[in-house]
Amino acid sequence: MFELDTLSVHAGARPDPATGARATPIYQTTSFVFEDSDHAAALFNMERAGHVYSRLSNPTNAVLEERIAALEGGISAISVASGQAALHLAIVTLMGAGSHIVASRALYGGSHNLLDYTLPRFGITTTFVEPSDLDAWRAAVRPNTRLFFGETLGNPGNLLIDIEKVSDIAHKAGVPLMLDSTLTTPYLIRPFEHGADIVFHSATKFLQGHGVVIGGLLVDSGRFDWLAEKSREKFATLSAPYHGFHDMVFAEESSTAAFLLRCRREGLRDFGACMAAATAWQILQGIETLPVRMERHIANTRKVLEFLRSHAFVGAIHHPELPEHRDYDLAKKYFPKGASAVFSFDLKGTRAQGRAFIDNLRLFSHLANVGDARSLVIHPASTTHSRMSTEALVAAGITEGTIRLSIGLEDAKDLIDDLARALKAAERVKQ
Amino acid sequence: MKLTVNNNAAYAYTGTRAFNPAQRTAVFIHGAANDHSVWGLQSRYFAWHGWNVLAIDLPGHGQSDGPLCTSIEALADWVAAFLEAAQVKAATVIGHSMGSLTALELTACRPDLVSKLALVGSAVPMAVGDVLLEAALNDEEKAWRMIVDWSFAPNSQLGNNHKVPGTWLPGNSLALMRRMAKGVLHNDLAACKAYVNGLIAAANVQCPAFVLMGERDMMTAPKAALGVIAALKSVRTQTIPDAGHNMTSEAPDVTLAALWRFAHA
Repeated sequence: MFELDTLSVHAGARPDPATGARATPIYQTTSFVFEDSDHAAALFNMERAGHVYSRLSNPTNAVLEERIAALEGGISAISVASGQAALHLAIVTLMGAGSHIVASRALYGGSHNLLDYTLPRFGITTTFVEPSDLDAWRAAVRPNTRLFFGETLGNPGNLLIDIEKVSDIAHKAGVPLMLDSTLTTPYLIRPFEHGADIVFHSATKFLQGHGVVIGGLLVDSGRFDWLAEKSREKFATLSAPYHGFHDMVFAEESSTAAFLLRCRREGLRDFGACMAAATAWQILQGIETLPVRMERHIANTRKVLEFLRSHAFVGAIHHPELPEHRDYDLAKKYFPKGASAVFSFDLKGTRAQGRAFIDNLRLFSHLANVGDARSLVIHPASTTHSRMSTEALVAAGITEGTIRLSIGLEDAKDLIDDLARALKAAERVKQ
Repeated sequence: MKLTVNNNAAYAYTGTRAFNPAQRTAVFIHGAANDHSVWGLQSRYFAWHGWNVLAIDLPGHGQSDGPLCTSIEALADWVAAFLEAAQVKAATVIGHSMGSLTALELTACRPDLVSKLALVGSAVPMAVGDVLLEAALNDEEKAWRMIVDWSFAPNSQLGNNHKVPGTWLPGNSLALMRRMAKGVLHNDLAACKAYVNGLIAAANVQCPAFVLMGERDMMTAPKAALGVIAALKSVRTQTIPDAGHNMTSEAPDVTLAALWRFAHA
């Protein structure tokens, strides 16, 4: 089996059999011609495999899906319109009204919005727990719990969960652990190797890496046993006949791929949040250079961290590679190649000084994204996490003065010069 | 379909179709440390095209309870007991790898149960290297990875399966083996290696037979099937270009078409 760098370039792709094109073509088509009536009927009924309609699958997307599945060490993947679409697809495939999720408090603001504000309207509730508190994960389990959910690195304070221990608690409760691995990518961690069952990415970020498209990827490890005694009753969508598809029992149809089978056959069919083939192609281009980019992202981040630690106007820095970070030991265990190129820090100043800092940056772009080739900056309390209460902000490790950086691929010296200039300008603002 | 065989729960995938005594029956038997799902892109088609399908989980595999059968002869006896419990006779029996040896032995010993025999990815005898057997005993993850490396043609090692959207076939094969209880792989490989009566069994087969090979199969190379092809009285063969041992997933349509033609010949 090939190594990660090789898989990043090749997995899922071969020279095009029709034309010999070496790069994966963009199959810009809505639909695919059937060989005959029997072939058409067999494709619709899953008697044979193949492409029917690009909302369900497309050959360009299939290359991307195979590639991320290979990189994660999974069995299969589905490409969707965004990371949020991937999260939604996973949840609605696993559960319905009356179900319950146990989730880390330290989540991307969009994920928090979905769980805390939107899903309760559809009868799905969430208990948020401190990510490092194993007793809290355990105590939050209810008879109707269907999923444990967290991030490999909790946004934006870089709070970790002990994946092996939390997955063990989830499995004892008969439910899977799903992790958002957007910030870490399979270059930094492969969560399935530590016990996670499902992983999703906002491919918009480091996987694509250039800030040009929106996309999500949902990957299945194929390890969770939906028919196990503790789980069978909990996951009727996978273990019981589905009248919407000729009474198919997905977990009998495929021992490993039941979850993604239903995601595609129901979720993409009915909710339709598919990814365009051109978008899939852009993400494939990004993934080809993922290992070399991530190596540079991490190297630059370490130089920036060294500078910020030495600056008198900088308070706490929330990066788990720093010994003072709460999860330093966990980071050493789970992230031997480096923890993250996205982190936050607190200015020792007022809100006005925080604004002055951001407004005086020249290379860092002030915008709502991370994981770009360009370095980025944002103020979470007024943007990505603005809908969270003060208490929830504190619980997630965010203050009014927290600044989030996403370190890009520029020369580290230029980035440090830019930060130094902006810090000096901020210090000049009267308190 | 769930039945009781030898006092244990036994399962066979039927394509979500009710058993119809008026229809012919196709029986699919999986290989070592696998289950019924390896036949997904062949068995469902049969089930929705006028056949009863029994894609069996052998004991201790998938959804069938143990104990494991420790020899090919015991596996054949178990399948015979399953077919008797299901009240099936004169079936078209299709086996892959270890399942092909099981099907061969079943056909030789219980000709009343089998009207046609298809061997997919077969070798008789089925040599199993000591390195693989040792790994299966002491380091299953290493053994599973060795099997994945040898079970797909070179092109399939990098994916682009063209057929099952988004599925990383090497990863799926690995995940299926990981679901088995500890010791299943070693038990199965040891049973394959110990089966020495295959050519005698082949010579006793009276019904039409079919041998389907993968051109790039490194687990059961096509040349390792020449003996059984010679021993079978009525046999046709086909080699799938650029396919390895796992041709049911690497080349699902070609595999289906070949089996369909044989079943209807």
